[in-house]
Amino acid sequence: MNSLAFSFSGVRLHALGSGALWWPDHDLLCVSDLHLGKSARMARRGAPALPPYETRDTLARLAADLKRTGAKTVICLGDSFDDIEAADTLHETDRLQIPALQAGRMWIWIEGNHDPGPVSLGGTHLAEWRRAPLVFRHIAQNDARGEVSGHYHPKVRLQARGRSITRPAFLFDDRRLILPAYGTYTGGLRSSDTALSGLMGPDARAILTGEQPRLTAMPR
Amino acid sequence: MIDRAQAPATLLIAPTGGGKTMAGFLPSLIELADGRHAGLHTIYVSPLKALAADIKRNLRGPADEMGLPIRIEDRTGDTTPTQKKRQRVDPPHILLTTPESLALLTSYEDAPRMFQGVQRVIVDEIHALADSKRGDQLMLALARLQTLCPDLRRVGLSATVEDPDAIARFLARHPDPCDIVLADPGPDPDIAMLQTAEMPPWAGGGAAYAIPAVLEQVRQHKTTLIFHNTRAQAEIFFHNLWLANDEGLPIGIHHGSLDRQQRERVEAAMVRGDLRAIVCTGSLDLGIDWGDVDLVIQIGAPKNVKRLVQRIGRANHRYNAPSKALLVPANRFEVVECVAALEAAREHDLDGEPRGPGPRDVLCQHILIAACAGPFDADALYAEVTSAGPYADLSRTAFDACLEFCATGGYALRAYDRWQRLQQRPDGLWQLRDPRAAQRIRMNLGTIQDSDTLKVRLKRNRGGKPLGEVEESFAASLTPGDTFLIGGQIVRYEGLREMVVEVTRRADKKPKIATFSGTKFATSTQLSDRILRMFAQPDWPQLPEHTGEWLDLQRRMSRLPGRDRLLIESFPNDGRENLCVYGFAGRNAQQTLGLLLTKRMEETGLAPLGFVATDYATLIWGLDAVTDPSPLFQIEALRDGLDNWLAGNAVMKRTFRASATIAGLIERNSGGQRKSGRQATFSSDILYDTLLKYDPDHLLMQITREEAMRGLVDFGRIEAMIARIGDRIDLIRLDRVSPLAAPLLLEVGKVPVKGAAEERLLAEESARLLAAAGLSPD
Repeated sequence: MNSLAFSFSGVRLHALGSGALWWPDHDLLCVSDLHLGKSARMARRGAPALPPYETRDTLARLAADLKRTGAKTVICLGDSFDDIEAADTLHETDRLQIPALQAGRMWIWIEGNHDPGPVSLGGTHLAEWRRAPLVFRHIAQNDARGEVSGHYHPKVRLQARGRSITRPAFLFDDRRLILPAYGTYTGGLRSSDTALSGLMGPDARAILTGEQPRLTAMPR
Repeated sequence: MIDRAQAPATLLIAPTGGGKTMAGFLPSLIELADGRHAGLHTIYVSPLKALAADIKRNLRGPADEMGLPIRIEDRTGDTTPTQKKRQRVDPPHILLTTPESLALLTSYEDAPRMFQGVQRVIVDEIHALADSKRGDQLMLALARLQTLCPDLRRVGLSATVEDPDAIARFLARHPDPCDIVLADPGPDPDIAMLQTAEMPPWAGGGAAYAIPAVLEQVRQHKTTLIFHNTRAQAEIFFHNLWLANDEGLPIGIHHGSLDRQQRERVEAAMVRGDLRAIVCTGSLDLGIDWGDVDLVIQIGAPKNVKRLVQRIGRANHRYNAPSKALLVPANRFEVVECVAALEAAREHDLDGEPRGPGPRDVLCQHILIAACAGPFDADALYAEVTSAGPYADLSRTAFDACLEFCATGGYALRAYDRWQRLQQRPDGLWQLRDPRAAQRIRMNLGTIQDSDTLKVRLKRNRGGKPLGEVEESFAASLTPGDTFLIGGQIVRYEGLREMVVEVTRRADKKPKIATFSGTKFATSTQLSDRILRMFAQPDWPQLPEHTGEWLDLQRRMSRLPGRDRLLIESFPNDGRENLCVYGFAGRNAQQTLGLLLTKRMEETGLAPLGFVATDYATLIWGLDAVTDPSPLFQIEALRDGLDNWLAGNAVMKRTFRASATIAGLIERNSGGQRKSGRQATFSSDILYDTLLKYDPDHLLMQITREEAMRGLVDFGRIEAMIARIGDRIDLIRLDRVSPLAAPLLLEVGKVPVKGAAEERLLAEESARLLAAAGLSPD
């Protein structure tokens, strides 16, 4: 899978086709909205039992990105777990996979709205984390500068020669960067939704995920 | 019917208008006449809500005239909650309902009390139900009912069908016998093609050319029903009819996407005899007794001889008079199809395909419904299920797999032991772990697979007038300012608010967007064969002159498809390269052929973009032209690729979505969750991909493969076609679209191919947008 380099707040970043963000200067990989344990949480609430493989699938993709980049620092940008209980009731196989991924790396869990507060897994648990000139938090704030966030699961729809193509996407302008959701069982919010188009500046751009990430103007 | 009143099962086959519905009710009226029966006596089930309402009117009259002390009520999705509640406490003598409403009733804990003493069940239009999962679900509900009411007698009412024994086996409790009563079919219908001054167009489905001739027919008759194959076509035709209706003849429109109140108004006006014509679709297809209909007009090819014969029955509900019907082909290919259908109808050559055993996704839903009603014993439920005709041969292993799916999800990875949906109690009975799940299961009951639809409303401060529904995919394609047709009027798309499409009225003459899509039917293979035979003729005296000339032009410009050769045309059009394959293998096989061929083209770098299939041909478009088709058509290569290919294609995902929804894995309604924002939901394709990767033998994957091979894939017909043609493939390169290929360019139901071509388009379009926005690519 390819990646696409772009500049944000004066630093050079790479958007990976998988939806992960790579900051080579700091050997840093950032992923958002993993929603691990989603199927279990839904079953707990009386919904149909979805195929319980999304956690291992998400972790397998993350493992591949870690191997490829050799990241030394990993930031999970919130909503890493579908809720706090999901974090504590992961399937044994999946649960053992996480420390294996963490070994030899600095690992930061940013709190999200689904998983506020620390969970019983290794790593550092923070509300937000700074490495100048960037700040990493779950939900975008009004007075953002160099802000990297997630939460909205942005996706972008393009129409080309009568074909409509929708992909999860990175959105960025001169102040903020919003990551697509990385988890396997996650949907998306279209960039034209007022929640996103209201947040992003007039010259916002989007990078569509997929085999070959594509840069475009953010559709509104 | 009175003679057979005590038989456990009876199937009455009569042409429409034979008074068979009343015949079905007669024993009930007699048994109820003395006023001594307390509670529910007869349940009448019809596939249409409108039919239930119509029967209520028609039954009320005679019952009142005879002074019979009988309470008759209907219960459908349209019945108010208050009335529904009351019906469960104090049921009427005769309940008129639909398969879904009946299944819902059996899901309540008080079902045994409500159904106590039921004597008879009448299944109307059973020929229509027997073709669908709705019928399978109904037969499972009847099996349940029979357990609650051992004396239950079943009556099926059917229009003319090609295989009465199959319907009888479907209806009766297995292995009970079923009497078949065949009524006098009556005189042959008076059926012809409508003569018009203007010629049908090369392509298109609107039949706008025939508007003046159709209006003239409406003038000459008391009441005319104008049938269309799709809602979209009905909308366009109605719009055009109004524009030409200078005399202001009262004409209405009726189809399933319209708002209920609108539909009811049209139905009421029709019953009063206020309307001279109704433009309609399948929602008026079944045996509604609309009184004085003296002409049926079918716009567009009937696609299926059996349905044509049943539709014609709408006209002239007097038993001894011939029904009068006119066929209006929408384009020149349909002229050929209409002539073939006319010949078949005159020869009483009805078409039909035998149906396989009852599908397991419906069984899964039935098990969940049983659990809603209360704890159940698996052995007893298995015995009950196998008493339903479609499930008579169901193995215990297959049943247990469905039960396991309902209980735990049935995954190879046991992840939900604590959160099972169904749990086995110490006494061995199965029950819902969380009783609140019953509500969710009931909300998602049913087997009708409408694509997701959104309500359309006029924009007002506090929610304007509802107009109807459009498919979600159609709504997603709109941008504010677009105009489209709904309910015969042109509206302007303003925006989407809380999953409601808001529109304003427009006085335009022409909508910008043609219309929303709709269901369409497949032409039977018997008809396809007749057409191929007709193509082989040197000339066509039975066809109108213009159509003969058109076929002749095709013969000169390219050639006509034949039975023992495969014709392929290649031509550029609208910036794309097209490949048209005339396999005449039926829609499903042509669809599969489209998927297989595009896969092979993708592998060989021909960059296909998508395809569309009809019963006769597959049209593939892409970025590059095909010059040598023979590598694409090697049967071994096609078959070898089938399994791999099956896994990843769009048809499988579509089939999976339908089965997973019926089986209860995907919820259409989850109680207000839709409002909470789209990022909460994700595509069913992700579930399919996940199962394919981690659990490919899961029950739902088995069901999906089975359904696809039986219905949408139909690989056997491709093999038959390739055996028939051998290596006799003719590729003809043209500089533009051929006369025969033109209609395919306008077909709906295009299937996209996601591959190299999509990447090329993305690169083009994203670069164009960047440039347009004046942004640098960095």
